[in-house]
Amino acid sequence: MSNTAPALKEWPLWEVFIRSKQGLEHKHCGSLHAADARQALQMARDVYTRRQEGVSIWVVPSAQITASEPDDKAEFFEPMGDKIYRHPTFYEIPDEVGHM
Amino acid sequence: MDAAIAAPSAAQDRSKPASAPSGGSAPHAVGSVGANYLLHLADNALVLGQRNAEWCGHGPILEEDIAMANISLDLVGQARLLYQEAARRIGGEATEDTLAYFRDAPEFRNYTLLELPHRVGLVGYAQSDIDYSVTLVRNFLYGSLMVMVWDALQRSSDEALAAIAAKSLKEAKYHLRHASDWMVRLGDGSEESHARMQAALDHLMPYTQEFWATSELESQAVATGAAVDVPSLRTAWDALVNEVLAEATLKRPALPAGYITQGKSGIHSEHLSYLLGEMQGLARAHPGAQW
Repeated sequence: MSNTAPALKEWPLWEVFIRSKQGLEHKHCGSLHAADARQALQMARDVYTRRQEGVSIWVVPSAQITASEPDDKAEFFEPMGDKIYRHPTFYEIPDEVGHM
Repeated sequence: MDAAIAAPSAAQDRSKPASAPSGGSAPHAVGSVGANYLLHLADNALVLGQRNAEWCGHGPILEEDIAMANISLDLVGQARLLYQEAARRIGGEATEDTLAYFRDAPEFRNYTLLELPHRVGLVGYAQSDIDYSVTLVRNFLYGSLMVMVWDALQRSSDEALAAIAAKSLKEAKYHLRHASDWMVRLGDGSEESHARMQAALDHLMPYTQEFWATSELESQAVATGAAVDVPSLRTAWDALVNEVLAEATLKRPALPAGYITQGKSGIHSEHLSYLLGEMQGLARAHPGAQW
């Protein structure tokens, strides 16, 4: 791949989500450059499902994803650090219930 | 396309691999094709697979590089199944490896179209001369034929061939989808991309005449009732090709009356032996080498 491929400059980025089998949720597995949704779907098939990873693919324009800011980490996530009572770890689980 | 499978004719010699690469001929069931016909299909797949693999690591973009490598691997996979079956029918010492690596160019039965370099015109050998438009147009012309060929062959009375065809059809459909998509994107794209696709089409289209000129090995195979009569697919192929070309705003070139290539009869362009030299060199330098 010599120089910078035009695709990297001109084609939008897409996020790829793969469902590994029926009944499971789609999981984010990576991203790629493609000219439009149809091409993104085919490229996702070629790049991310070569080893039978999936039965369904979603592609989403990366620009359409609104993400939290790393700078917001303190107010977004840290307040939860000392609220261990939100974890259901204070219940006694009867043996008959088995693994949960 | 049911009509593509000719009716079986018991009177005809149905199984002789007339000029099989090595002696011996295993008996096989009524309505099965000879080894030569399997070699024709296998050589098509292997030669195009090897040719397209030249893009591996050199693709126009990363995603497309992987896509083309996948297509090559599909083709090589088809070739392996066909060589394995051909080797069973030839018997003796034949294996998929002897068939792929130890036959010379005149023994290969692929269409000439598939051995041509990735460039328009017949001169220029620099890596930078290769043009993806030729790759895509060839995949389109061949892929649109093979979707029809595999579709017909999956109903063949030759069960081993029918099974290979059913598997290959799914791959061929994707190859055609990939190629058609690019035909339209680039044909109906920029001035530059349109001009390149048109040049590739003008260059390659004459070689498709070989599809319709029945060779001796094809006549023998069709006579068994287990092969596809490719000229019977021509109307459907024309319609499919014309539809995509129209959408791609490409002009179908008029074909010159003249020489029709005969790669499937072993008469090849000079390009095949270079391709084979690269592909076979290692196996011939180190016979029986293993990973």
